[in-house]
Amino acid sequence: MERDDLIVNDSYSVQANHDEAHGKQIRKKIYFVTLLLSAITTVEVGLGIFIKQGTDFWPVVKWSFIAMTLVKAFYIVAVFMHLGDERKSLQYVIIAPYVIFILYLLYIAGTESSYLNELWLEFKP
Amino acid sequence: MAGEATKAIDKSLLWGGGRSPFSVSYGKMMMWFFLVSDALTFSGLLVAYGYARQAYTASWPIGEEVFHAFPFMGHTHMPLIYVATMTFILIISSVTMVLAVEAGHRMDRKGVTKWLGYTIIGGFIFLGSQAWEWSHFIHGSAGYITTESGVNYFLNEEVPHGMSASEVENFALIANIGEENETLIEGQQAVALFDNRLDYIQGANMTINEYGPPQYANFFFFITGFHGFHVFSGVVINIIVFLGVTKGIYERRGHYEMVEKTGLYWHFVDLVWVFVFTFFYLI
Repeated sequence: MERDDLIVNDSYSVQANHDEAHGKQIRKKIYFVTLLLSAITTVEVGLGIFIKQGTDFWPVVKWSFIAMTLVKAFYIVAVFMHLGDERKSLQYVIIAPYVIFILYLLYIAGTESSYLNELWLEFKP
Repeated sequence: MAGEATKAIDKSLLWGGGRSPFSVSYGKMMMWFFLVSDALTFSGLLVAYGYARQAYTASWPIGEEVFHAFPFMGHTHMPLIYVATMTFILIISSVTMVLAVEAGHRMDRKGVTKWLGYTIIGGFIFLGSQAWEWSHFIHGSAGYITTESGVNYFLNEEVPHGMSASEVENFALIANIGEENETLIEGQQAVALFDNRLDYIQGANMTINEYGPPQYANFFFFITGFHGFHVFSGVVINIIVFLGVTKGIYERRGHYEMVEKTGLYWHFVDLVWVFVFTFFYLI
């Protein structure tokens, strides 16, 4: 396995300066992400306004909201927060513990609240 | 050590071990660790919200039915447009922040000043928008009354303080709002019902609100409030760093990593709002 924890060049974060040409490239990426985030948000709002909750189509819309949110989150973290440019080891240290905790939390909260909801519906006065 | 640094890095920048873990500075790594813990806090809040929403699906209000007002537009029905505007403001201020970070990497002091300045302005606009939304949420719309028979009637028109229902034009009550068997009660009958009410619930506070279960307003206040507090502290930190930039502190230091670190925090605030927007307003 390739080691990436060694300083082989000047990639130490404080010295991560770049020149004008490289800056142009980075700005291009930033503008692309801006357009993407705006487009996704527009689609989300449109769907939210025109598709009412409780209709047959709603579950699809709901899950597409969650998928679109995750796409937005990915681009914010990877590009705006530069995590995509960091060492792989740092990426895993940041993402892995969070994802493990949250998946467990989602599972446990989802199960329990669904059970509670069923109880409410069954023993409704 | 073989394979170690081919380029000498100043000793003062390296950690105690003579080498930097993950090739990042101490400050940046600690900012990341802080953000992970903060992300867990916000996730805890949002999961708790999801728990309550799922457990009380039947009586939980729908975002677009609660948030449909826009400043200076009166009673027009514009669902989600205002929140979407707030989201755009935060996304754009996030973009100006990342442009400030990029300018910092080129040691372009003027560029950092400009973009960081725009970011601060965006932050203030967002805070102002949130203040308006809170005030609108607390003040509420027409509201509803509770009666001794246990039926709740929703008002079609607000009854201002110190006025009686008979003074309000076209006063009417609606029973069972949102259901198929909606019934409209008008005229004298409506006024009589209003006068014999138990309680007139309008707007929202910590114990009761016109939108849904008390937890709904509590979650609104806590989640958007906690996020708004993050925006506020982010603006304060941005202003401090902005002053440092204009004084040339980072220019003399030889790098603009401080802008990058505050940028991480600011982007995180945007990231949280993306989730709040989806889970609180859309779903």
